[in-house]
Amino acid sequence: MSVPRLETAIGRIRMKNPVMTASGTFGYGTEYADLVDFRQLGAMVVKGISLEPWAGNPPPRLAEVRGGLLNAIGLQNPGVEGFTRDYLPALRELGIPVIVNIWGRTLEEYEAVATRLEAAEGIAGLELNVSCPNIKEGGIAFGTDPAMLERVVRAVRKQTSRTLIVKLAPNVTRIDPLARIAEEAGADALSLINTYPAMAIDIETRRPVLSNVTGGLSGPAIHPIAVKLVYEAVRAVQIPVIGIGGIVEARDAIEFLIAGARAVAVGTVNFTDPTAALAVVAGIRDYLVRHNLSDVSELVGSVRGP
Amino acid sequence: MHADVTSRTIEEAEVALQQTLGPDYRLMTLVSPNIARRARPGQFVHLRLPGLDPAYLLRRPFSLHRAVGDRITILYKQVGVGTAAMARLRSGDRVSVMGPLGNGFPPLPDGFHPLLIGGGYGSAPLFFLAERTSQKGVVFLGGKGRTDLLGDSDFKALGWDVHMATEDGSAGCKGLVTAMLEKWLAEHSSLPTVWYACGPDGMLRAVALLAVEHGVQAWLSLDRRMGCGAGVCLACVVKIQDPEKAGSWKWARVCRDGPVFESRQILWEGEFA
Repeated sequence: MSVPRLETAIGRIRMKNPVMTASGTFGYGTEYADLVDFRQLGAMVVKGISLEPWAGNPPPRLAEVRGGLLNAIGLQNPGVEGFTRDYLPALRELGIPVIVNIWGRTLEEYEAVATRLEAAEGIAGLELNVSCPNIKEGGIAFGTDPAMLERVVRAVRKQTSRTLIVKLAPNVTRIDPLARIAEEAGADALSLINTYPAMAIDIETRRPVLSNVTGGLSGPAIHPIAVKLVYEAVRAVQIPVIGIGGIVEARDAIEFLIAGARAVAVGTVNFTDPTAALAVVAGIRDYLVRHNLSDVSELVGSVRGP
Repeated sequence: MHADVTSRTIEEAEVALQQTLGPDYRLMTLVSPNIARRARPGQFVHLRLPGLDPAYLLRRPFSLHRAVGDRITILYKQVGVGTAAMARLRSGDRVSVMGPLGNGFPPLPDGFHPLLIGGGYGSAPLFFLAERTSQKGVVFLGGKGRTDLLGDSDFKALGWDVHMATEDGSAGCKGLVTAMLEKWLAEHSSLPTVWYACGPDGMLRAVALLAVEHGVQAWLSLDRRMGCGAGVCLACVVKIQDPEKAGSWKWARVCRDGPVFESRQILWEGEFA
């Protein structure tokens, strides 16, 4: 049989396959340039950009825990001006859609970043980070409070003509009302999940392992949580959903697709194997062949009843 | 910074040899032709250990102790789950190696005498440097006790002048390696030197102070907890002087911008520009 079709679309972003790399796990396009053929990726999401350069948290910023990683980088980034000047030119050369994750401490900061990026060339979409657990102001507060979520999505929507993806937090009682609010406020797509708030303690020193005390858990430990939330979000909205959380190999991504995700993002595993996302693409293709499917869209949302 | 990082690779390397080095340390030699060929002293590799509990995801960074022909050698101490898994590897086992990573030590400028200062297994990358530096110099090795002094006979075999210090006095001078260095400097004040150091932060910080005092260039190799090893995750950052803005600092990634920094660049904990 012929090679199955892997093309998918998220808003106006056309992707040659449904696999992107998640924010904060793949740099700015140059760090892995000699190790990875970027053109084989569906898209890449750049680490959270804010209005001003941001130093993030002091080290230790990372802890390895069973089944995952705990991080509190604290959104260190060069600021929107530094990003467009120093990093965007190389990203434009990658030949794949570049999605910029953005965040702010206030509504005005979110708006200002979106406005500045509207003027820049070579950006396919924005991913609105309303779910970072590691900064003191803003961040996750925007993603867990329905009224704040609506305001920030609406505000950014007014500033951008690009595909707007809203990245939701997992630590909410119910995901469906927040998913609906983001959709009604103008989001073109949702991505979920961000890291899960968590903590580790060094039993010898009895101190938190991270300088920030708490951090965000990523990796395979959170994958089933993400599958459940993607499954529920897909049922709540019409817009596409991007599944993120603990993908290690193709089967994890396929689970998201079956749950209804139109695309997936590969994150933590990139640190172990920068070519993991490419292996996921190949694995999805093999799965489609094996199951006699000619188009990945046949898989999306194909989950059956219990 | 002073070296490019454009020729990395990931390859499946075969364990050729595991050797013990005293009671606490081991040497692992891997057949890793593409990395061995490209590696320079001061660079490191990121290993994915097959025997490691799969619940632990990250690769483990190790500085290169040697690179000869198609082989690389790593000197390590069994300190945690990663190094325990490493110690269980046997000849013929396969390990995914990413590297060579980091900037490495800059070459010795003409007319200078190299001084190497190693604390414990910090001597590992210094041996690689000594092997690749035609100009012989002086090596200062320090540790808590005799078993922490590694490779002294190897440095001697290369023709280097070796001085040793232990905190418990079980070998060489009793005391800190930096005290021994200071004494040596007093006796050789007219000799133009460049220093290369690797070891615990306390030692590096003392070396940095001496370097300023003596007006000498000192290249320090830092060890930090790492995630990706490629400059992406921003876990292993240290504060350095911002070269573009006097009096202010910025983060540098030890894995990508380092692990080697000139001593004056680094702002140690509690130190702000």
